[in-house]
Amino acid sequence: MAIVTQPTPAVPTPPDRTTPPGAGPDAPVQLFRRPTGYSKGIWGWLTTVDHKKIGILYGVTAFIFFLIGGIEALLLRVQLGSPDNTFLSAEAYNQAFTMHGTTMVFLVIMPMSAAFANYLMPLMIGARDVAFPRLNAFSFWVFLVGGLFMYSSFFLGGAPNGGWFGYTPLTREMPGNNIDFWVFGLQILGIASLSGAVNLIVTTINMRAPGMSLMRMPIFVWMSLVAQFLLLFAMPVITVALVLLTFDRQFATNFFNVEAGADPLLWQHLFWLFGHPEVYILILPAMGIVSEVLPVFSRKPLFGYQVMVFSGIAIGFMGWGVWVHHMFATGLGPVATSAFAASTMFIAVPTGVKIFNWLSTLWRGKIRLTTPFLFAVGFVTMFTIGGLSGVTHAVVPSDTQQTDTYYIVAHFHYVLFGGSMFGLFAGIYFWHPKVTGRMLSETLGKLHFWLMLIGFNMTFGPFHILGLQGMPRRVYTYPAGKGWDFWNFIATLGSFVIAASIAVFILNLWKSRRNAHVGPDPWDARTLEWSIPSPPPEYNFAEIPLVTARDDVWHRKYTEDDQGRPVLREGMQAGAPIGAHVEAKHPPAGADDGEEGPGGPLSGDAAPPDAEDPSGEQGGSGHEVPEAEHAEEEPHIHMPSPSYWPAFSAVGLAVLCYGVMYKTWIVAVLGAVWILGGFYAWALEPATAPEEPELETPDTETTDEHATVSAPGSHE
Amino acid sequence: MTVTTPEESHSAAEGSHTEVEAGHPPTSTGLSHEKVGMWAFLGSECLLFGALISTYILYKGQSEAGSVSPADVFDIPYTSVSSFVLLMSSLTMVLALAAIQQGDHRRLRVWLLTTALLGASFVAGQAYEFTVFTREGLNLRTNLFGSSFYVLTGFHGAHVTIGVLMLLSLWSLSMKGKLPTARAETVELVGLYWHFVDVIWIVIFTLVYLIP
Amino acid sequence: MGVAARRQGRPKGRAYLLATTLLLTLAGCAENAPQDFLEPEGPVARRIDDLQDPVFIVAGLVFLLVEGLILFAVIKFRDRPGRPEPEQVHGNTRLEVGWTLLPALILFVIAVPTIKAIFDLSEKDPGALQVTVTGHQFWWEYRYEESGVVSANELVMPTGRPVELTLESVDVIHSYWVPKLAGKTDVIPGRTNRMSFEAERPGTYQGQCTEFCGLSHANMRNVAVAMSPADFDQWLADQKRPAATPSDGSPAAEGLQLFNGRGCSGCHRVEGVSEGNIGPNLTHFASRGTFAGSIFENNPEDLRTWLRDPEAAKPGNLMKIPGAPLSPDEITKLIAYLETLN
Repeated sequence: MAIVTQPTPAVPTPPDRTTPPGAGPDAPVQLFRRPTGYSKGIWGWLTTVDHKKIGILYGVTAFIFFLIGGIEALLLRVQLGSPDNTFLSAEAYNQAFTMHGTTMVFLVIMPMSAAFANYLMPLMIGARDVAFPRLNAFSFWVFLVGGLFMYSSFFLGGAPNGGWFGYTPLTREMPGNNIDFWVFGLQILGIASLSGAVNLIVTTINMRAPGMSLMRMPIFVWMSLVAQFLLLFAMPVITVALVLLTFDRQFATNFFNVEAGADPLLWQHLFWLFGHPEVYILILPAMGIVSEVLPVFSRKPLFGYQVMVFSGIAIGFMGWGVWVHHMFATGLGPVATSAFAASTMFIAVPTGVKIFNWLSTLWRGKIRLTTPFLFAVGFVTMFTIGGLSGVTHAVVPSDTQQTDTYYIVAHFHYVLFGGSMFGLFAGIYFWHPKVTGRMLSETLGKLHFWLMLIGFNMTFGPFHILGLQGMPRRVYTYPAGKGWDFWNFIATLGSFVIAASIAVFILNLWKSRRNAHVGPDPWDARTLEWSIPSPPPEYNFAEIPLVTARDDVWHRKYTEDDQGRPVLREGMQAGAPIGAHVEAKHPPAGADDGEEGPGGPLSGDAAPPDAEDPSGEQGGSGHEVPEAEHAEEEPHIHMPSPSYWPAFSAVGLAVLCYGVMYKTWIVAVLGAVWILGGFYAWALEPATAPEEPELETPDTETTDEHATVSAPGSHE
Repeated sequence: MTVTTPEESHSAAEGSHTEVEAGHPPTSTGLSHEKVGMWAFLGSECLLFGALISTYILYKGQSEAGSVSPADVFDIPYTSVSSFVLLMSSLTMVLALAAIQQGDHRRLRVWLLTTALLGASFVAGQAYEFTVFTREGLNLRTNLFGSSFYVLTGFHGAHVTIGVLMLLSLWSLSMKGKLPTARAETVELVGLYWHFVDVIWIVIFTLVYLIP
Repeated sequence: MGVAARRQGRPKGRAYLLATTLLLTLAGCAENAPQDFLEPEGPVARRIDDLQDPVFIVAGLVFLLVEGLILFAVIKFRDRPGRPEPEQVHGNTRLEVGWTLLPALILFVIAVPTIKAIFDLSEKDPGALQVTVTGHQFWWEYRYEESGVVSANELVMPTGRPVELTLESVDVIHSYWVPKLAGKTDVIPGRTNRMSFEAERPGTYQGQCTEFCGLSHANMRNVAVAMSPADFDQWLADQKRPAATPSDGSPAAEGLQLFNGRGCSGCHRVEGVSEGNIGPNLTHFASRGTFAGSIFENNPEDLRTWLRDPEAAKPGNLMKIPGAPLSPDEITKLIAYLETLN
């Protein structure tokens, strides 16, 4: 995506190629030539430090893990579809349910949320990249390495089989390397999360465009920021838990050795001290997405922005005070359980507030039933169910019946699948045009939504019943005669309906590859990312905007009449402000398409891509977003250069872990040296390479044609 | 503001840090990214050590009766001396920062090296202490005390060691002329880390050694 | 409402209502669901159910209200031709305070009886029957403290009198649960937990281990057998009798020889015969209705299945028959012996 031409007549002095690159007093360590410019191809992706490409890498990888985790789920459902089934052995089932949970939590929802955070947070605050672009790349490669490391276990003796929560002393004693893959894999993933958290926190705190005060930030940025703080503080706790378990397994220490007097509950306390903030890490970004999508398609601002921000922060704080509700059956005594029952009930208050605020956003709006909107409403309705069942768990005596049964499995699937995943799908459909420049098919999108909603409720709705009928969780089989046969069968059918819906989604991605290009703002949206081309140029903003309001882009387009209704400003393009989504090979549909309702049939509004303006930046489809006032001119800023050291260093982590796991110390030492060497070279390398070519922006208004562009404040 | 020529932009890019700071738009807080990042990182480290310390405290006094206990092995005077050494290293760290901020690079290197040496002495002192404990029957596997003590202090010692390596790297960079006054913040940030590690030691020393 | 509305919104609303009603009905009247805790059979489970039912009703009402409003909004405020732009409302402080305080109030109203129930249910009855339950991978051991009787898999108990269980584990964390009688309590090695419950009527109450404990976690089940106090006293008396000795020359006598010769005695205790304490005490094996973690009925066919290949029946279990697998003839004789152990 590197821009275009050097202007003639003034050709800049080409870099001196007689001197080996990087040689000289400031020479960084190099294995081979550092890539420069916005590299293409596989090498480009491997060395990218662009937050947008990294976001795409996170998203694609997370989606692939979603498919794998989904297959694991289907295996579980086939096994449980009938009593006394022998489709999976006990060992295979235990591996499948462990990996299903571990995958969905750590390799799907967290990185998918990271994909959105990475792609959007800089755009939404008017920045050109994150604070530490190479660290950002490192986070992604470490995530990939961690996922691959954990999955390599399938080929190296067996996958983790102690549950995604790994209770001791069971996991202390389990033979083989299965648990070790789990422990080391999670440690690697923890490094990715922690470095990502530091990066995004600094970015959000420090790189906001002028005028972008904290209370003008889009709500998605706020929710992700709270999630990053939770990651920052929660990851070290599970790190310690995993370290203690590692030491017990590798070096025969006594942390969970009951014979030496250890307390098995130490693991549970440490795990859940991490684990409960973790579930808020899993839900807050999706809540942020929903809070962005609902206002756009209701054509009203988010109801109660300040309260939404404060309730998110409140959830972040209160989430630290409820962890024992995962341990109500462990015999901690009435005082402790009462205290945590109360705290658990009260965290429902800020959560419930959000639901009412979303409802009020819809209320008296002008609603367009687009696919992202449907998924967002799906989130709210499904999350409500999950939240209510959560409140029933807070009633401790009830929980002693419900815990460890399918009733709990129902609860967390309603909040994590019906909640987080639906929210993330809303985000995918909403921001797909921004990322790729093309719309996804609305027809296939709606089919995906309805199939998924039906399949999801068909699978997990019955889980409530099964739990109330006494079916425990984590069981590889059950006998006939317990009354569970029927609903298990229905649930299994439902899981295949979900699978079909995902197939529809994949079909949608594929078929939409060749849809027409769209302009910057196909949805008539509200936030800064919709003011730049789709897809955005490498440098995001040609000039950093000066922000004057929350939902700045909306206010540039619309003012309000004396009844508070939005009115297009002078000079804005009249007519339907809805963006186009021409499906390839279809003629523009007429009004009986019935898809978006009145306001102008969508497809009919599509202007053909302008040959002179292929990126559609001038609003060839959708309308034009007037430019913001600009912050003071930036004379001289650099784009950070690509680098291979992040990916290189990441691999070293796996080498180290294999070495320690197999007690092959030479390999472990090699891994440590590998990592340190990578870090050292990275530290000595400047953020921008001296040979980095200059970029030119298409419609810069400065008088000088060689104004260079780069990401302010990025250097690490 | 004027726009620089390509030649200027090239040479400017090479001294990347100085140029970059001068040419960057101000950060929203006025603090550099590295500084905010270091504070965030140290915040997470608080939780790391908090969890390790909590584990130690949970298992305090829970080891099997008759097995090796703190009273059997701790030499408070000895550990007090090494604690003092580490404390003094924080002072020398402050002096190193003051030196570079005043442009005195010779003194910077003296104090960097001193801090590194004091830190290394602390670690060496701990290593010696651990060999004595081992001879007296306390190792990683001995009992709850052994496991939690060594893992906690071992993690701390590893953090000190990494700090020493960073200090020596700074010393080496300065020797090669690559640590100009304009990059004083790098020393400040390493100093932040170093002081944090020292504070953690004070907490550990108090809870593990001093309080019975 | 136009065609479009009916196609998009209404079926969804109707489907929800139908589903909810169906769900609640079906959950409530499950036939033959022996571990269903919405149909309690003991005072503890009943107390829990009495607390749970109103909470479910409140949750259900909130569900109907919230989902109903959302569906209503999505349908009523849909974009239609001629519809004006909406007023750009940013918030309403009074409303927001209201819907913060009202849920908090509702939760408070739920919290008070909850905490009361927590404390009430933690009280112990000094007159309870004391039984120590020990969790093993993958079976339950019972020791009746007063009488010294040791049994396995089935908790035999009198009706109308609370039973207080002292819970211990020899290996990993398990969880003891008889849904129709009480909530579950974890069984944690190195810690001693206690729980108590009571059966109102004679009968068998099924349960199972509810904390993942390894390969055969799914196969670690239990049964509580409640009988009248008189019957229970008789049972105790029977359990205290010495082990039956098979008559000379009978297949059972040959079974006893195999019991010793094939290594069973190394793990299983039969009073007066063997001292093994790894597997269940078999002194009165024939008096039990189930075995092997209550996954089998105590009859010759199931015994044969088990003895032929324990690992296949219950993966990961610790019963490893030393030497070669038992021959069918050996199994017949062992079964004959076991059947004498009343």
